[in-house]
Amino acid sequence: MTTRYSFGGDEHIFVECDEEMSLEAFFKGMSITSALREAKIRGVTEICPANASFQVRFDPDVISPDAMMAELKALEAAAQAAPSTLQTRIIEVPVLYNDPWTHETLMRFRERHQDPTSTDIEYTARINNLDGVDGFVKAHSGAPWFVSMVGFVAGLPFLYQMVDRKRQIQSPKYLRPRTDTPRLTVGHGGCFACIYSVRGAGGYQMFGITPMPIYDPNQTVPYLRDFMCLFSPGDIVKWKPIDRAEYDHTVAEVDAGRWMPRIAPVTFSLSEFQKDIDGTNARIMEALNGH
Amino acid sequence: MAINVIKPGLSTTVQDLGRPGYYHLGIPTSGGMDTLSLAAANLLVGNDAGAAVLEAVFLGPELEFTADAMVAVTGADMPPKVDGDERAGWTAFKVKKGQVLSFGFLRAGARAYIAVSGGIDVPVVLGSRSTYTLGALGGFKGRKLEAGDALPVGAGHAVAEGRSLPDALRRKPGLPAELRMLPGLYWHRITEAAGKTFFDDTWKVAPEADRIGYRFKAGHPLEFVARDQPFGAGSDPSNIVDACYPYGSVQVPGGTEPIVLHRDAVSGGGYFMLGTVVSADMDLIGQLQPHTPTRFVKVTMDEAIQARHDRKAVFDAIGAALV
Repeated sequence: MTTRYSFGGDEHIFVECDEEMSLEAFFKGMSITSALREAKIRGVTEICPANASFQVRFDPDVISPDAMMAELKALEAAAQAAPSTLQTRIIEVPVLYNDPWTHETLMRFRERHQDPTSTDIEYTARINNLDGVDGFVKAHSGAPWFVSMVGFVAGLPFLYQMVDRKRQIQSPKYLRPRTDTPRLTVGHGGCFACIYSVRGAGGYQMFGITPMPIYDPNQTVPYLRDFMCLFSPGDIVKWKPIDRAEYDHTVAEVDAGRWMPRIAPVTFSLSEFQKDIDGTNARIMEALNGH
Repeated sequence: MAINVIKPGLSTTVQDLGRPGYYHLGIPTSGGMDTLSLAAANLLVGNDAGAAVLEAVFLGPELEFTADAMVAVTGADMPPKVDGDERAGWTAFKVKKGQVLSFGFLRAGARAYIAVSGGIDVPVVLGSRSTYTLGALGGFKGRKLEAGDALPVGAGHAVAEGRSLPDALRRKPGLPAELRMLPGLYWHRITEAAGKTFFDDTWKVAPEADRIGYRFKAGHPLEFVARDQPFGAGSDPSNIVDACYPYGSVQVPGGTEPIVLHRDAVSGGGYFMLGTVVSADMDLIGQLQPHTPTRFVKVTMDEAIQARHDRKAVFDAIGAALV
């Protein structure tokens, strides 16, 4: 895993922790960006962690580009020595898989898809050797996912499946992007899941929809009153399959301002995860289920 | 006082100098695309340089004033009119209670900045009044103006009518437009020959040019260096593992049409970028019309920093001229 540094014009430094995605590359980025945040270097204006890379925006009138670069390289050396544990939280996200709204949308854009004769779930299940829709839902919701990046548009999380690589669900993006995606669609492209925070264009496969708002610029949703975006990089997500009745009930409760997501604090250790993936995931799930 | 929107124009939004600090959550800085013109308009009417103004693209709005105010229009050459009588751009003029401010056809540039003494007084959201339409955030109800909107205006300071910015300090883009760019990021993904044609070609601004980004066409497609795509990156040679996009970064999906991300940038995604337009030239992009011939000019970091100092000197000179 080689770190590559590059200037993005006179105001950004772009750091690629690795060319390919892995939890290790994500953690390297997290530890350097955390150390950078704590270092409170004058002139740093924005610190943006991404999947296997990160970006720093700085004011070159305050700190010169070369000095900023030197600070980052020093932090990389220090961050490598730090233990790779993360105090974070697990958030349960209810999902109505195979819902009527993404289904209507995917039918409308069928000619832009690799396989116009099946749905996005059926197609993804097949190319990942999963047993139909039911097998797909089991694989998708069986293990937790890491929020490895927030962005594209406001509050949209990219999520990385916490299983070994051979079990990771992969799917291509649409051949040509759609001009429409329902708000709160659970999507997938490459090895990443996402939740579309707002309605709009998109190229990811569409698997379902969550009744749980994750971005609210008006901040009327009770759990988004402190801040309008729910997710931060490092959060852990567990999908919970729900049926249509529970979906409708949850939407009604959200609209009435009564619904709250299930969230629990949890400690994640990368080395523990590398030694025992399923055991670590089970322990994370226990935190959510209050055992 | 308030301003009543009779006609909204094509896409008129409330903007100030932006909302930095939330890009890591996908919320872009937003703010005026041509900040020099925005600041000049404000200073002409006695506002702070970063007060909220209206940014009108290609076609101006029609606005009824419910109280007397001082107004200045800068940026694009889109002649302002008060009850049908033309007023000079880059110059403060009075609009009286009941009068209507409208605009003639666009003669040059792309975005006009309409400053009103006291500033557009919409709520401050995350430190800024700027509109981010994709996220329905800030500005007037998180969207572009519509007929029937009533825009609140703050209390202004008295300034003299006729205050004007010296001609030498007004931007006049040359042809072809030149955007200075620092190569980097994923520059290594394209071949040396492709790198040469990229800078040699004269590109044209595509119709898909907005606050998120400016697309360019009519240059040669870029050839990629062959590689096995890394895990998670996607199968197209222009794909990378989804990463952050710097403001001003130049991505080329499929290697065909470069897109320069601007103030409402999508904060990240899976397309490689071959460099970044220097901060000093971002304002200029905001004034480019579709079909404008444009060249990318390769610069070093030292040249980028020098360009930044030159731009700051212009900014300071505008401030000094309008004390």
